Amino acid sequence: MPDKRLIFLFLSALAACLAFMLVGARGSWDFLLVFRGTKLLTLIAISVAVAVATILFQTLSANRILTPSIMGLDALYVLLQTILVFVLGGAGLASLSAEVKFLASFLLLMFASVLLFGVLLNRQREDLFRLLLIGVIFGILFRSVSALISRLIDPSEFMILQGELFASFNKTNTSLLAISALMIGLCCIVVWRRRRVLDVMALGRETAIGLGVDTGRELFIGLVIVSALVATSTALVGPVGFFGLLVSALAYELMKTSGHGPVFIAAALISITIIVGGQTLFERVLHMGATLSVVIEFLGGITFLLIVFRKYKA
Amino acid sequence: MPRETPPQRPWIRVTLTTSIVAILLCLILISLSIGVIETSLADLFSQAADGEGLLLLSRLPRTLATLLAGASLAVAGFILQTLVQNRFVEPATVGTADSAALGLIGVSIVLPDAGIFSKMLVGSLAAFVGALGFLALVKRLPRTQPLLVPLCGIFYGGVISSVATFLAYENDLMQYIGIWMNGEFSGVLQGRYELLWASGLIALAGYAYADKFTIAGLGRDTASGLGLNYSQTIHLGLAIVAMVTAFTVITVGMLPFVGLVVPNIVSRFVGDNSRKVLPLVALVGGTFVLGSDILGRVLRFPYEIPAGAIFGVIGTFVFLWLLLARPSRA
Amino acid sequence: MIDIQNVTYHHGRSLILDDVSLRLKKGGITALVGPNGAGKSTLFALMARLLPLQSGSIRFDEMEVGKTGTQSLARKLAILRQEANVASRITVRDLVGFGRFPHHQGRASEADEAFVQKSLHEFDLASIADRFIDELSGGQRQRALVAMAFAQDTDYLLLDEPLNNLDMYFARSLMQQLRALADAYGKTIVIVLHEINYASGHADEIIALKQGRVALQAPPESFMTAENLFAIYGMDVQVETFGNRKIALHQV
Repeated sequence: MPDKRLIFLFLSALAACLAFMLVGARGSWDFLLVFRGTKLLTLIAISVAVAVATILFQTLSANRILTPSIMGLDALYVLLQTILVFVLGGAGLASLSAEVKFLASFLLLMFASVLLFGVLLNRQREDLFRLLLIGVIFGILFRSVSALISRLIDPSEFMILQGELFASFNKTNTSLLAISALMIGLCCIVVWRRRRVLDVMALGRETAIGLGVDTGRELFIGLVIVSALVATSTALVGPVGFFGLLVSALAYELMKTSGHGPVFIAAALISITIIVGGQTLFERVLHMGATLSVVIEFLGGITFLLIVFRKYKA
Repeated sequence: MPRETPPQRPWIRVTLTTSIVAILLCLILISLSIGVIETSLADLFSQAADGEGLLLLSRLPRTLATLLAGASLAVAGFILQTLVQNRFVEPATVGTADSAALGLIGVSIVLPDAGIFSKMLVGSLAAFVGALGFLALVKRLPRTQPLLVPLCGIFYGGVISSVATFLAYENDLMQYIGIWMNGEFSGVLQGRYELLWASGLIALAGYAYADKFTIAGLGRDTASGLGLNYSQTIHLGLAIVAMVTAFTVITVGMLPFVGLVVPNIVSRFVGDNSRKVLPLVALVGGTFVLGSDILGRVLRFPYEIPAGAIFGVIGTFVFLWLLLARPSRA
Repeated sequence: MIDIQNVTYHHGRSLILDDVSLRLKKGGITALVGPNGAGKSTLFALMARLLPLQSGSIRFDEMEVGKTGTQSLARKLAILRQEANVASRITVRDLVGFGRFPHHQGRASEADEAFVQKSLHEFDLASIADRFIDELSGGQRQRALVAMAFAQDTDYLLLDEPLNNLDMYFARSLMQQLRALADAYGKTIVIVLHEINYASGHADEIIALKQGRVALQAPPESFMTAENLFAIYGMDVQVETFGNRKIALHQV
């Protein structure tokens, strides 16, 4: 029988989705269903992607503070996209379809993140804060290099390309959404089937090896999945910042356990509730469309500080 | 955090100082001679002798602005590192710069017609409060985890900056955020950078208290034992850091990592005794920022790349190198 | 039997283990001792497959480390590292339950549950089985980790300085529990120890490493002499006999 808390979370996520579809709905439902429905699907897709990627990444690094965003993974995706534009140029890139571009940068991200975090998580894992700080600085580095390269590209050309590379909430690319949903679905299936192994991974590398888990292989699979999820969510709406940390902290706080099965479900539902509910509230009720991300950034930063101060009191 | 001091080899400091001065002079000449308007140095100076022209109006102010900003930010970073006893802090990694920006946004909303002087005052005050807040946070962190300090500082700054962004967005002031967050010198003209002289003077005043900061850096107990008024010294140091940061942010925007990278590099070569090191820190800071600015001007001529963007890349590289090269005890 | 042959290990340029060959017979407790930096923990990590072998071979009965799947090895040997600080917030029962993971891969049978229950009783954890491990004292947590290793139900058990952070009460009771495991279940236990007197008091055999080489392998009676200890640790130590045990008076 499902946990009461999960039922509650499911209902709140459902309520958020219904509110998103219904609040301020005017005009023909044929149009609304397609228009709002596509948007809702996008939001749900990235909510699930961020939630699963964050929980998975935290397990791979055996702690509850790291998230792919904090470690600069989405900044790396943006950097790779920028390099792609820089190397191929506007003409070269325009001749490729959106799907090909997406797949190319996803593969690049997978390669780069396995290389970078495979080494980092193996070598630096004893010293969590060094790892964390290195990740944060890598994130800043990726953003700085992207900014620098984008200055080197012809400004007008870059603006056009940027618009094409990053679909926004208002201009959802339907075929990209289909690929993304497929990708996220596949990742979720793989992660779900491995949830018990992940329970063991969360005990730390040495304990996991002692219990017969091939940690190198799990780390590799995990990083590939995290890369896929980050690439899809970043391609759909851009970097999500601290959102993942907020979700995972709430999920662990609420579930009190670290069994990956319930935690994954809880995190995904919390994520949907916040993103869809928040978007409804800010866009339809408060009419402050683009500031949701700022509020999430604020709450995420506070969450980080709270986690640290609760755990590491002087 | 005690800083290890390399063996005292005075010739290193002398050689270093001399070569940096030489490099700096070259960079100054380069900076004066490059620009969209083609002109020779000789022409520039002959015009200037008549009390007009490009040199006095634009090229010289720009060069001076980079030097002043670089030098005073490097000194501010050094002072902050000494006071917090942590090598990885600087105005941009502990929320001071973000607090200054928040203060400036706040005053722009409440008093849109406020003059530059009151803006500056509020900005400095906000930066000071932000720095105090950070210090209060740091006190609650375990001393055994030095890397936690900059980490929390970065997130603390992120929280403050998100408040600033929120306010700016809701009040249509986003263009200011854009200007303040990205340090660049292309807008510097005569009459629009002079605040940086004040910043430079304040940094110079910091030099007068160098010994006190060094002693305060030994910790509250040791410093009090040596008869220093600890909290007064801390507040004075933070005030200097806050003013330098606010003045730089309001005139040319944030230049992240200058205050972190420069003191670390200098102390690698000549150690940490403030009185000896501070002039060199100022010199290297000015040189680095001027170098970045020149690079930004020539990389994609005639367009300009902000010095902050150039230094952001260099700075993060050096930061990573410091993190990866040092053993865990940092 | 544990068969270690010609194991050499470099870390960067420095030589940590220098052609170590050892045979440890099945059953009983073997203590691994030696001065700081002798290579004990590296040898432990190689045996426990936490580090990849650079040269030489290590075999547990028919299973060769590095050639046998890590999952099969987990049913042959259990390991316990000194700094096993578990980040997850889980109960003692869940932690001990993970000891069965190598056998059921996440789908616990009733037999597995029963074994977990038995482990909890064996290590006197039944009363705190539903507490979270981050709420326990150091001694209780250590016992929970040993219980997890026991639940793994392996022939071999490797422990790396398990007495660190334990006061003398818990340290002795842990050693006595290990003794009981070796006697009652015929387990082969290899334990890296800092304190020579625990080795003397509880082990069947002591192996000393020094500068990456095997300095001595002997039963406690013949191991514990002033000459041997001087050769290994480079200090004069008085060795006294109390009852049937030899004690080194190295603290005074």
